[in-house]
Amino acid sequence: MKLWLARQRYLIDFTLASLARRKTRNLGLLFVYTVLVFMLASVTLYSHALRQEAARVLANSPEVIVQRMVAGRHDLIPPGYIEKIGRIRGVQTREARLWGYYYDAVTKANYTFMVPAQGAPAGGEIIVGPALERSRGLAKNNGISFRSYSGKLHTFVVADVLPQASELVSADLVLMSDESFRAFFDYPAGHYTDIALSVANPLEVRNVALKLAAALPDARPILREEVLRTYASIFDWREGIVLALLSAAILAFGILAWDKASGLSAEEKREIGILKAIGWETGDVISMKFWEGLLVSLTAFLLGFVAAYAHVFHFAASLFGPVLKGWAVLYPRFQLTPQIDGLQVATLFFFTVVPYAAAVLVPIWKAAITDPDSVMRG
Amino acid sequence: MLFQPAIIALLLASALCVLALAASAPFAVEVIRRWDIRSGSERQLQLERRTYLFSTLLSFVLLLQLAAVLLFVFNAEKMSGMFVGAMCAVGTLNVNAFGFPALNAKIAVFFLAAMWLAINHVDSCARDYPLVRIKYALLLVLAPLLAGSAWVELQYFLDLKADVITSCCGSLFSEGSPTLAAEASSLKPLPAIWLFYATLGTTIALAAWHGWRGGRGNVSAYALATASALAFAATIAGILSFVSLYVYEHPNHHCPFCILKPEYGYQGYLLYLPLFVATAAGLAVGAVQPFAGRESLRGIVPAFSRHLAAVAANAFALTAAIATAMIWQSRLILLEN
Repeated sequence: MKLWLARQRYLIDFTLASLARRKTRNLGLLFVYTVLVFMLASVTLYSHALRQEAARVLANSPEVIVQRMVAGRHDLIPPGYIEKIGRIRGVQTREARLWGYYYDAVTKANYTFMVPAQGAPAGGEIIVGPALERSRGLAKNNGISFRSYSGKLHTFVVADVLPQASELVSADLVLMSDESFRAFFDYPAGHYTDIALSVANPLEVRNVALKLAAALPDARPILREEVLRTYASIFDWREGIVLALLSAAILAFGILAWDKASGLSAEEKREIGILKAIGWETGDVISMKFWEGLLVSLTAFLLGFVAAYAHVFHFAASLFGPVLKGWAVLYPRFQLTPQIDGLQVATLFFFTVVPYAAAVLVPIWKAAITDPDSVMRG
Repeated sequence: MLFQPAIIALLLASALCVLALAASAPFAVEVIRRWDIRSGSERQLQLERRTYLFSTLLSFVLLLQLAAVLLFVFNAEKMSGMFVGAMCAVGTLNVNAFGFPALNAKIAVFFLAAMWLAINHVDSCARDYPLVRIKYALLLVLAPLLAGSAWVELQYFLDLKADVITSCCGSLFSEGSPTLAAEASSLKPLPAIWLFYATLGTTIALAAWHGWRGGRGNVSAYALATASALAFAATIAGILSFVSLYVYEHPNHHCPFCILKPEYGYQGYLLYLPLFVATAAGLAVGAVQPFAGRESLRGIVPAFSRHLAAVAANAFALTAAIATAMIWQSRLILLEN
């Protein structure tokens, strides 16, 4: 064992010296390799962080949301509807909600108008989200007018601005009182947009949904776990698509690695020839080349991954962000929580190191079987 | 569901392995037909050189298979969030009929490839490559198995549907269901503990005996290989019936996959890695033994076999020690004296 370890140490020593002798060539390969790892790692780190963010945001949303459907379309909840679902066991609270969308021609963006369950502002006042504050240049106690869908102009006073921390969900939010909301949208009295149910036992959620569907055939229950699952799938799918597109880059890199490894310079061939003449076996040359590949791979992997980490968590993934997170006029600005996931690193390793290893195998062997006499004579 | 990064990576790895073996198949046929160590012809020289390429290629495939088994389970674990009813890898593997066969096939291919590599190793140590024909004939057997494993895996991934309600480990490993896994987990803890320690102890003793005899002796070699396979089964049964209970500190949770979860500090990997290494080494002892009588392998096979026996003994001892440590640390009282 000791002998084996010592042998590997000498091989690594020799390989490092040999790599250092051909700096430019190896640095070129290392650079391309690092860029590839950087791109792939950025994508995986970013989408993982987004998944986590979505899960965090949805953690506080209600377990079940009930919408009413008319002719397959989402419709308002009529008066008396909420009483009908009152007696389902396991449901802790039910709350009828009022919310809607408003298109603002000034910023060419959609806002979400909503009546909060608690802490609603007084009539004529609103609380706005941070993105709205930025785009309309609002501050506390400023007045702002919106033209409602009926054509009337409504003026509100900004009572407060929502904190930055919740921006992913509150960027385009406008909170107002029940009366202001109904007046602004001409909402019929006693009607609501949807109903939120909170269920304490997560194992009961599915049963509650089944009972709801049986009791109110025109209702559509939407479960939080389903929403979470959908988000996770969407981000995974986007990540997969980007990776699949980048697979062309992986292929190109494989070809480059193959080419670099097979295009041995005359000097390198001589080196291998001399090594074999002084007693190295084909197996030894293969081990040396193996160490060379491993050292280059690990260095590139580490550099690329660190660069990607900085890119995603310090520079907000400016290169790939738009593809992965989606797009909107009033897009929230948010800081992602740095997070590294073992599966992501393992997958990334498969995507980069494995193709490289596969690409250089044959060229390594070709180099290793070089005949000493043919090289030294030539 | 094909566009999951880890799935793409796994399929990429499988495709590379199949490709590598497909590329070596024509060469294998050529070796079987034309190999003649006494000849000094150009063709023979070329064949000899190519054996280096293909043994390197196979080592690569083996390493990739090992990494792929780990990634496969790791991925199944992570994807459990996407399926209704799935709480760990069991649920994900149960989404369709190909999940568990894919995992089993991967494990089988890993052990077979390890045995092939052992034969390859002793062959390349000898000056006259006495096993080259056998080796490449075995490679031709291994190739369709690997392709089959890749096919099952592809079917599994193609058929992953998020709207299927799957069953979690609770129902698969519960004591009433009529599956082999349930049989193993319904084993009472006390006999299972006896079985686990007795089998592992016997295997370690056999490995020590084989090593003490200098790696010679047909009986000890085949006994060690058989005992290794049994010890693998006994350890899996032990994990199902009592180790997992101690780890989860729950008298009815028998899942062999949940111990891989972050909630339990990824302890499962500590247990499974030495187990796989030990089993592979033990099986390899049996794989090289039939060739111990060959003239040029007289010195090589026993030395290598002894080495493998040492690896197997140490790794099985490590497995037992880790399992014992898990039980020691647990606050669950499963057996009252």
